[in-house]
Amino acid sequence: MKNIVSREEIIEMSGTDPAKCMKCGKCSASCPAYDEMEYPPHRFVYMIDQGNIGPLLECVGIYRCLSCYACVDRCPRGVEPAKLIEAVRVIAERKKEGNRIKAGELFEKADADMPSQAFSAAFRKYTK
Amino acid sequence: MKRIGVFVCSCGSNIEGAVDVCKVVEAMSKEPYVVYAANCKYMCSSSGQELIGKAAAEYELTGIAVCSCSPRMHEATFRKAAASAGLNPYKVEIANIREQCSWVHKDTAEATGKAITLAKAAVSKLCRDEELYPQSFPVTKRALVIGGGIAGIQTAEDISNAGYKVDIVEKKPSIGGKMAMLDKTFPTLDCSACILTPKTVDISHNENVRIFSYSEVESVSGYVGNFTVKIRRKARYVKEDLCTGCGLCAEKCPTKNVPNEFDLGLGSRSAIYIPFAQAVPKVAVIDPDSCRMLKDGKCGLCSRVCGAKAIDYSQKDEITEEKYGAIAVATGIDPIDVTPFDEYSYKNSKDVITALELERILNAAGPTNGRLVRLSDGIRPKTVVFISCVGSRCTEEDERGKTYCSKICCMYTAKQAILIKEKYPDTDIYVFYIDVRAPGKNFDEFYRRAAEKYGVKYIKGMVGKVCDENGVLTVKAADLINNEQMMIGADLVVLAAAVEPDKTAKALASKLNASIDGNGFFNEAHPKLRPVESPTAGVYLSGACSGPKDIPETVAQASAAAAKIIGLLSKNTLESDPCTAHADELKCSGCSLCANVCPYNAITYIEKEFRMPDKTVKIRRVASVNAAVCRGCGACTVACNNGAMDLHGFSREQILAEVDSICS
Repeated sequence: MKNIVSREEIIEMSGTDPAKCMKCGKCSASCPAYDEMEYPPHRFVYMIDQGNIGPLLECVGIYRCLSCYACVDRCPRGVEPAKLIEAVRVIAERKKEGNRIKAGELFEKADADMPSQAFSAAFRKYTK
Repeated sequence: MKRIGVFVCSCGSNIEGAVDVCKVVEAMSKEPYVVYAANCKYMCSSSGQELIGKAAAEYELTGIAVCSCSPRMHEATFRKAAASAGLNPYKVEIANIREQCSWVHKDTAEATGKAITLAKAAVSKLCRDEELYPQSFPVTKRALVIGGGIAGIQTAEDISNAGYKVDIVEKKPSIGGKMAMLDKTFPTLDCSACILTPKTVDISHNENVRIFSYSEVESVSGYVGNFTVKIRRKARYVKEDLCTGCGLCAEKCPTKNVPNEFDLGLGSRSAIYIPFAQAVPKVAVIDPDSCRMLKDGKCGLCSRVCGAKAIDYSQKDEITEEKYGAIAVATGIDPIDVTPFDEYSYKNSKDVITALELERILNAAGPTNGRLVRLSDGIRPKTVVFISCVGSRCTEEDERGKTYCSKICCMYTAKQAILIKEKYPDTDIYVFYIDVRAPGKNFDEFYRRAAEKYGVKYIKGMVGKVCDENGVLTVKAADLINNEQMMIGADLVVLAAAVEPDKTAKALASKLNASIDGNGFFNEAHPKLRPVESPTAGVYLSGACSGPKDIPETVAQASAAAAKIIGLLSKNTLESDPCTAHADELKCSGCSLCANVCPYNAITYIEKEFRMPDKTVKIRRVASVNAAVCRGCGACTVACNNGAMDLHGFSREQILAEVDSICS
C-alpha cells in the first residue's frame, strides 16, 4: 500500500470536493454519531481539504459513521461529507490487506442474484 | 481623394511597453492614402486631441485612424475631436493596440507586427467609411414606474419633483410593498410605517403622479423616448373615484375567514377589504374568489351599505394605453418558499415561521396586534431560535436554495432579536450563523449591540434539524467553536429565508426586452459603472429588482434611477446611433428570418410597389428597419440568406476589407 494518501486521491475516490465547503457546520449539526467521532463531519471535511489525512485513517470515527447521509442530504454546498468518510474508510481497510475475497474469485462468486452494482463496485475495488 | 491621418498612442507605457510605436508610425506612413502619421504620449489628452485638429486642417484629412485602447474607452472622445475638426465623426476608426495587443504580448517584435496589422485593417475599413448622420426623434415627457414599493415610490417622487409626469403601476391593491409590512427598520429602529406612510400619502397627492394600483403591465412596444405601454387595470368591483375608504363594507361582509395576504395568511380578512389601514389608495377591493355575490349572485350586502354607491359587481378588467419616454423597473424581492426544507419542519409546525411572518407578528397592526405569541397555542415563547442563511449561499445544484447571499438577513435577524428583547427581556434568544455580514453604516455596531447589550446568544454553526414532537420543538445544532452538538428546546423557530426576484419579473423582462440573470434579477448595463440602467435603452432599474438590497441601498438606487430618467426626459429630442441595419429591398425576399432573430423587434415588413423590367408593377413584401429601435447588433445581417441586410458603419464590404488586410 502506498504510504501517503493525498487529498486528490480522496477527491477522486469520493467524487466530492471539500473545497466547496463554506464551514457552516450543518453536517455536524445533523450527525447522529457526532459524540462518537473524534473528528465530527465538518472537521473531517476541513482536514481532508488541508491534506491532513493521516489522523483520519487512524481514527475510530470512520467506523462510527452510520452512512445515514443526513449530512449529504442537508449540505447546502453539495460537499457530501459521508462520501469523504467512506473514501477514507475504504483506504484504511485496504491498508490492512485483510481482504477475504481475492480478485480472481470474483467471477465464481457472481451469480444471478448478485446486484450488478455490487459486482462492478467489487471489481473496481480489487482492480486498483 | 482619400487623405487619411494615422495617430498612434503610447498610452504612457501601456502600449509603448510592448509595441515599438515609432515603427508603427513609420510603417503606416507608407500605406496607400495615408498622408500623415504621428505618435503621441496620450492621444486622449487635450494635446492629443489638438494634434488631430491641427493635422486635419493642415493635411486636409478625410478620415482618422487612431491606434489606441479599446473603442469602448475613447471612441466617443476621438469622434468628438474629429467633429470639431470639421470631419464627419463616423469617419474615425480605432485600432485596439492596447487590450488586444500590448497587454497580451510580451515580445516587442511580435506585438509591433500585430499593431501594424491592426492599424492597416483599421485604415482599410476607414477607406470604405461612409458619412453617417444620426436621426433625431422626440421624447415623451412622462415616465412609467413598475412597482409601488419603496423603490418605485422614491423613483416616482424624485422624477415628479423635477417637474415631470410619472405613473406608478402596482399589481397589488395598495402601494407600499414589502416595507409597509415591516415593523421596525434597521439599524435605527425607525417604525417602518411611520417613515413610509408620509411618502405614500405625499405621492398620492402629487399632481404629477398617477397611481395605477391593482394593475399590471400587459405589453410594451416602442423604444427609448417613445414607449407605448398597455396597462391592465384589474377589476376591483369598487369604483375607485367614489369609494371613501370608510370600511363599512368590510365590516358588514359576511365572508370573514379569507386568509389575509398582507399578514401572509396569519390573519384573516373579509371578501371585500381594504388591504391595510394606511393603504394608498384607500379604496376597497372585492376578492372575486371568495365574494358570495360574484360567485353565486347571492348577497349584495356591501352594495346596500355603501353610502357612496361605489360597489359595481359588473366591473371588468380594463386596458389603458399610455405613452412614456422612460420606464423604471421596481419589482423588488420576495422571500423564497421554505417548505422544501423538510429538516426545519416549517410545513409541520405552526411555531416554525419565516422572518417576514415574525415581522407581521411583531407589528402592532399585525394579526396578534404586536404581541409575540406562538401561533399554535397563543402562548408567549420563552426560547426563540433564529436560523440564518435558509436557502442562501447554496450550491448551484441545490434546487431548494439560491447561490447568492441574500444580504439583508443578518441585519433583520439582529433587529428582530433586539425587538423581542426590548419587549420581553426574559426571552432566551439563539442566533445560529455561518458568518454575520454587516457591511453598512452603523450595521456592525447594531449587530454587536444585539450580542453585547441585549445578550442575544450568537452561535457559530448551523441547525441540522428542527423536530416538532407534540408541540415541543427540539433544535439540533452544531456549536463549531465549542466543538459540540447542541440540543435546544425552543418555543419558536424563525427562518431567515433567502430572497428571490418577484414572480412577475421574468415575464416583465421579456415584455421590456430587458435581460435577466440566471437568478431572475435584472441585469445592469454595467455592473459597476451603470448600475441603474438596463442594457435596453430607456429601461432603468430601481431597487432590489437587480439584486438583494436593504432599504437604504434601495432608496439610493431608486433616486439614482430617477436622476438618469430625469436626464433623459430633460432632452427634447434624442439622437440615435446611425450604425443601424438597413435592408436592400431589391435583394429582400420577405422571408422574415431577420425579424425572427432581431432581439429588439426593430424589423417590420411593408408591402411595396416595384417596377419590373417589363414595366409591370409588382407588390412585394420587404423588410423595413426602424432605425430608432435598432441597436446595430448585426444579428439580422448574419441571418439573411440573400445578403439583403447590412449594417451602416460595419458593412459587409468594410469587414471583408479588414479581413483581407489582415490576411494579405
